[in-house]
Amino acid sequence: MVEQIVFYVFAAIAILSGVYVVASQNLVRSVFMFFVTLLSVAGLYVFALADFVALTQIVIYVGGVLVMLLFVFMLSSKDSLDNIVNLKKEALSANRIPATIITIALLVILIYAILLVDFEQLDWIKSNKLLIDKAQTSNVHNIGVNIMGRFLLPFELISILLMMTLVSAAHLARKEPNND
Amino acid sequence: MISLQHFLFIAAVLFCLGIYAVITRKNAIQVLIGIELMINASILNLVAFAKYDVINNNGQLFALFVIVLAAASVAVGLVIILNFFKRVKTIDPNKANSLRG
Repeated sequence: MVEQIVFYVFAAIAILSGVYVVASQNLVRSVFMFFVTLLSVAGLYVFALADFVALTQIVIYVGGVLVMLLFVFMLSSKDSLDNIVNLKKEALSANRIPATIITIALLVILIYAILLVDFEQLDWIKSNKLLIDKAQTSNVHNIGVNIMGRFLLPFELISILLMMTLVSAAHLARKEPNND
Repeated sequence: MISLQHFLFIAAVLFCLGIYAVITRKNAIQVLIGIELMINASILNLVAFAKYDVINNNGQLFALFVIVLAAASVAVGLVIILNFFKRVKTIDPNKANSLRG
């Protein structure tokens, strides 16, 4: 019972702060509200028995991605912030009515599709439900074994990809020597 | 025990919010935030299904890979936004029309 209450509180925080992120006219507020969304989504991961993914989400998203977003925001938006203050509210975001129609249509389709399936009757879910209660140990050990076993090739590939990202980001962000 | 459908509903709502942000915002950083919201919704789906995959944990491993790939794409995207700002002095994606035929 307590578990369900906490779950729905996290879900409400995630959805409401997501709405605020999307609908807010204030850019800085929406970036900071995105912190709240990410943290509450990380809380939802814990309820899906994924504590390691939740910690990774907090470390990488909240610690890395959002700080980077704020960094670029502060670097780039001195002029654009001044422009935005002068703009009217309607001019800040376009295509509102078509976007609302598309969004609501997609939401209805998704919810209809989810309601169509009875997940409790699927075979693999039924057979694995018995195992959940037995698996008391943390799954961090299991994740480590799997990464170093079956997922070794993607793991190594992702390290190469991160290296490529580092090099390309540093290359793209440098000052051009000819212009100076 | 929270049923799988509630996770999927929350993920669907977050995904639609992300799409709304991508369509309506006139600020490249907020468009990027919308993309991040959509990626988070898909990670939530992966993790919710992985709840019933106790032995292999495939869903959680995929979620970890998706988080790393999202971080990498955000790094490159932000650098592109910075370069765009250096050239055009704005971060409105509608102004990026110099490649228009």
